[in-house]
Amino acid sequence: MNPDDLYYTQSHEWVRIDGDTGTIGITEHAQKELGEIVYLELPEVGHFYNSDEEFGTVESVKAVSELFIPISGEIVEINKAAVDEPGIVNDDPFGDGWLVKVKLTTDEEVKKLMSAEAYAEYVQAEEKEK
Amino acid sequence: MKFLPTSDADRASMLAAIGVSSVDDLFASIPASVRIAPDLPPPMSEIEIRRLFGGMSSRNAHARDSAFFLGAGVYNHYVSAIADQMLYRAEWLTSYTPYQPEVSQGTLQSIFEFQTHMCLLTGMDVANASLYEGASALVEALLMADRLVRNRRKAVLSLGIHPEYRETVTTYFQNLGLDVVEVPLGSDGRTDGAALSAAVDETTFAVAVQSPNFRGVIEDWKVGTEAAHAKGAMAVAVIAEAASLALLAPPGEAGADIACGEAQSLGVPMHNGGPLLGFLACRTAHQRQIPGRLVGQTSDAEGRRAFCLTLSTREQHIRREKATSNICTNQGLMALASNIHMSLLGRKGLREVALQSHAKAEYLKAAIAKVPGYRLPDSAPTFNEFVVEGPGPAAPLLSRLARGGILGGVALSRWSPKDERAFVIAVTEMNTRAEMDRLAAALAGSEGAAGPDESDRRLS
Amino acid sequence: MSVETDPSTVSTEGKASGRGDRLHPEPRHEPLVFERSGPGKIGYSLPPLDVPEALAIPPALVRGEIEGETEISEVEVARHFTRLSRLNFSIDEALYPLGSCTMKHNPRTNEEMARLPGFAASHPLAPEEVSQGTLELAWRLEQMLIELTGLSRVTLQPAAGAQGELAGILMVRAALAKEGNPRKTVLIPDSAHGTNPASAHFAGYKVKELKSNARGTLDLHVLEEAMTEDVAALMLTVPNTLGIFEDRILEIARIVHAKGGYLYCDGANFNSFVGVAKPGAMGIDVMHMNLHKTFSTPHGGGGPGSGPVAVVPRLVPFLPRPTIERRADGGFFLDFDRPESIGRLRTFLGNYGMFVRALSYIAAYGNRIGEVARGAVLNANYIRAGLTGVYHLKYDAPSMHEVVFSDKKQAEKGVHNGDIGKRLMDYGFHPPTISFPLIVHGALMIEPTETEGKPGLDAFIAAMRAIAREVEEDPRIVLDAPHTTPVKRVDEVGAARNLILRWSPGGRPDTPDPVR
Repeated sequence: MNPDDLYYTQSHEWVRIDGDTGTIGITEHAQKELGEIVYLELPEVGHFYNSDEEFGTVESVKAVSELFIPISGEIVEINKAAVDEPGIVNDDPFGDGWLVKVKLTTDEEVKKLMSAEAYAEYVQAEEKEK
Repeated sequence: MKFLPTSDADRASMLAAIGVSSVDDLFASIPASVRIAPDLPPPMSEIEIRRLFGGMSSRNAHARDSAFFLGAGVYNHYVSAIADQMLYRAEWLTSYTPYQPEVSQGTLQSIFEFQTHMCLLTGMDVANASLYEGASALVEALLMADRLVRNRRKAVLSLGIHPEYRETVTTYFQNLGLDVVEVPLGSDGRTDGAALSAAVDETTFAVAVQSPNFRGVIEDWKVGTEAAHAKGAMAVAVIAEAASLALLAPPGEAGADIACGEAQSLGVPMHNGGPLLGFLACRTAHQRQIPGRLVGQTSDAEGRRAFCLTLSTREQHIRREKATSNICTNQGLMALASNIHMSLLGRKGLREVALQSHAKAEYLKAAIAKVPGYRLPDSAPTFNEFVVEGPGPAAPLLSRLARGGILGGVALSRWSPKDERAFVIAVTEMNTRAEMDRLAAALAGSEGAAGPDESDRRLS
Repeated sequence: MSVETDPSTVSTEGKASGRGDRLHPEPRHEPLVFERSGPGKIGYSLPPLDVPEALAIPPALVRGEIEGETEISEVEVARHFTRLSRLNFSIDEALYPLGSCTMKHNPRTNEEMARLPGFAASHPLAPEEVSQGTLELAWRLEQMLIELTGLSRVTLQPAAGAQGELAGILMVRAALAKEGNPRKTVLIPDSAHGTNPASAHFAGYKVKELKSNARGTLDLHVLEEAMTEDVAALMLTVPNTLGIFEDRILEIARIVHAKGGYLYCDGANFNSFVGVAKPGAMGIDVMHMNLHKTFSTPHGGGGPGSGPVAVVPRLVPFLPRPTIERRADGGFFLDFDRPESIGRLRTFLGNYGMFVRALSYIAAYGNRIGEVARGAVLNANYIRAGLTGVYHLKYDAPSMHEVVFSDKKQAEKGVHNGDIGKRLMDYGFHPPTISFPLIVHGALMIEPTETEGKPGLDAFIAAMRAIAREVEEDPRIVLDAPHTTPVKRVDEVGAARNLILRWSPGGRPDTPDPVR
C-alpha cells in the first residue's frame, strides 16, 4: 500500500522527488494511527529547513504529532486545501493529502531514507513492540 | 466507619475471591519498615466535627457579622440563595471533568454558557472554561502572549496590577528566561502612560494593565493596548474586580488581545480567598493558544446539538513537556456558580450591582474626605474601591476597627512598607449607608455616633 | 469467582441504574440559558439605592448595555440548571471508576462545614486578630498532613496537583541553586502523568524519560545509569499509574540521594497507602497530595482542586510565602518574612474551602484513616480478580488501588477501549480512564475507591464481562454505544474542525425549544 516511488522516514513522512521539487506528506500508517485529523499547522512559503527539522504539526482529537522534514529545502508551496479540510489527509495521504512542496538543495539526502519495502518492515517491527 | 460500605461477610468473600487471607497481604509490596500507622486522634462524630469547626468559625470576623469593606482582590458581592443551593446537587458536585461527553452534557453546556457570559462581559471573542484564580490567570495570559509573539523575552507590567499577581508572575518566570519590567503609577493613581510606552520595545511580548487597578482607579485600556501594539506586543487586560465589567468599557472594545483575571465577584463566595474563579479570554485569531479547558458545540450521532471538550491536544496529558501550560483542573464548580449568578442578574442586574457599588463608594469617599486627618491621595476616577491615607499607621487602626465590628479596609503595608498609612476600602451593593456612616464616624474617632443601621428599621 | 453474570440482572437494552424511570423521563435537550431569555423577565432583587445616584466616571470609559446578556426569572434558572444537572453522571449515582482520579464519596458534613460563615464569608486579608479561626484550621490541616506523610512541613497554597508539582520542583531547584548548581534534568518514568513533564519544564528543567521494565516498575539499572550529578530530581508516582507500588522504593531513594538529587513523589495515588505507610520513611523528599482525591473534596465537574506539598527539613526554607505559624501564646500568624521562599504561586492562602472539607474528612477518620487505603486496595483487587482472563492485563505485578487492563483481546474484533467505555454507560457506569497510562496500548484504568460496596463492584464486573461477551457475539452493539444516554456518541472531530466556542447574540437557536 506504500507507493514504490516514494522515500520514507522513521517518523512516518514520505517525499516524492520530481526534478528539483520534493512533495512531502505523511503515510497511510501515520494517518491511521492519528485518527481523524482536525488541524494542520504548516510553515510559510519561503522558509528553509534542514533535514529532520520540525516543520509543522498535525493534530487529531486525541493526539498531536510533530512533522519532520525528510530532506533539506525551501518551502515553495503548502497544501491549502488540506489546511482548510484536514480530512483530505486521512482520505488520501499519498495523493491529495500531501502537505508541502520544497525546492531541493541536494540529491544526497534521499539515500538515507527508506524504500517502500524497508518502511513496511519498519512499521511491522514497530507494531510488534506494542 | 460510615463512608465504608463493606460488611465483614462481604470482605471475607472478596478476600476469598482474590485468593488472599487478609487485606494486609495486599500491601506486601510496600516494605515493612515504612508501614507506620499515623498518630492521630480517634475518629470524630459529625456532632463533634460540627462543634470543633463551629468553634473555629466563630473566631473569625466575616461579612455577615461585620460592617465589611475588604476587597483587594476578593469582594463581598450579592450571591442569590439558589446559586449556592444548586451546587449541592450531586450531579454537579460529585462529577468529574467532562471527558465523556455522553454522560456530561450538563457540565459541558454550563461551561459553554459560562464561556459565553465571559465573552459578553469582556467584549472578547473566546473565553476558556476558567482557571485557578486571578494571579495564575495572568501568568497564563503572559505565557500565551509569549507563544504568540515569539523570540521576545520581556513583559511590561503596570504597578497597578495586584501585588500578589505580580509576585506570582515572578515565581513562574524565574526559570523560563522571561523578564518583567514594572512601570509605576502617576500621581493621580493611574498607570503613567508615557513611562509605559517608554518601557515597551522590540523585545517586549506583552503589556499588562489592570483596571480598576489595585488602588481602585479606573485605567483607560487604550493606554496599554496602544503601547503594546506600537511595538508588536500583545495587550493584556487584567481584571480583579469583575463586577466592574458591567459598567466600565470592556477591554475587547479597546483592542486588548487577551483579557484575564478574577471573576470571584460574579457569584462566588469569598471562601477566605479560595476557591476563586480565574478566567481568560482572547481573540478568535489566537484561540489555538488559549490555555486551560475549552468546551465547543457540536452534534451527536443523531444530529442533536451537543457539547464536548475541544482543542485538548494543547493539554499536558497529550503534549507533556510541550504543553501550553501545566494546569490540569479548572474551577468547574465555581464556573457553574458564576454562570447561575450571571444568568440570574443578566443584562440589568449586573449593571445595577456595578452602579450601586460605584454610587455607594462615591458616597463613602465623600464622607471620609471630610474626616480630619484623612485624605484620598488618588485624583483619578475610581470604580468601587479607593485608597485612603490616615494620620497614623493603617494596620493598627484597622485592627482596632475590626475589634469593634468594622472590617474597614486592607492596609497596603503588607505589600508596600512605605505606604504604612494607606489602606484600600472596597464598597459593594452589600454595604448600607448606615454602615458607611459608621465607618466614617469610627475614623473620626466617634464610633457609634451614627446610630443603628437604617436597614434594620425598614421592617419595623 | 462468585461474580459470574446473571443475564437477568444486566439488561443490554436498558440500564442498570435508575436514571431513566418513567415518571421522570430522561431529559434529552435543554436550550441554552440565553435562549430562555426574554425582555421584561427578572431573576434578582436588590434593595433600593440608599445613597444619591452617582456616576463619577468619564463617559468614554463607561460601556453600553451588555448586548446578549440574559433576562430570565429565578424559576426558569432553577429548572434550567436542574435539567442540565440530570444530563450528568455522578458518584452519588453509581461507581465512577475513573482511574487516577479517585472518585470517592464526598461527605456532606464537609460541605456544611465549608459553608459556615466564618469560613465561607471570611476574607483572606482581614486583620490577624479576627482571623484566628481560619488560621487555626489551616494550621491543623498542615499538622495532620505532616503526620500522614511523615514529612516536616506542608504548604497548602497550590491550587491543584499540577501547581503542587511545580511548587515542589521549584523548591528543589531553589535548594540546589543555593548549593551552587540547580542542575539541568528531571527524570520521569514513561508511565507518569503528563503534568509531571509539563511541571518540570515550567521549572526550567529538561526531562529525561525512564523506560519502565517488564513488571511495569522502575528499572534500577536504568535509573542508576540516568542518575548523574546533573539530575535535580526523580519524579515518581507512588504507586505508579499502573497501580503498582515500587517495591524497591528504598533502593530508588538511595540511588537518587547518592548523587545529591531529590526524590519527588507525585501523591495523586496517596489514597492507596494513606494511613498505612509514610512517604517520609520511604526516603521521599517532597510530595504533593490532591485534597480532591485522597481527602474527598468534591471534583465539582472539574475543580476546584487543591494540591498541598509536604517537604523534608532541608526544603522548608524554600516553601511558598506565607507560611502559617503558631506563637508561644497559642496565637496564629502568617509569616511573610521568608527570604529564601520560592515566592507565591497564586493569591492568598490557597483553595481554603477545600482545606475545611479535607480537615473535616480527616477528623472523621482520625486514627482509622488506614481503612481508606485498605478498602481501596481490596476493591481494586476484587475487580482485578473478577476481570482477569476476560480483559488483557499487560502488567501482572500486584495491584494497589487501581488496575490497568487493556483492550488487546477485544481489539481483535475491532472494538477498542473507547467503545468499551461508551458501552459501560448503557450499564449505568461511568467509563474507566482510557488511553492512559501511555505505556499500555488501549488502556482501561479502573479505580473503584474504598467507597464502593461489594454489590456495586459485582454489578460493574458483571457489566464488563457482559460487554466482553457482546464483543464476541455482536460487536456492533458496543461499537455504536452508548444507546441510552441523553445524547448519542458526540462528534468530537466535528467540534475540533469547526470551532464553536460560544453562543452569539442574534444567532438563531439551532435546535427547536423542546416541548416540556
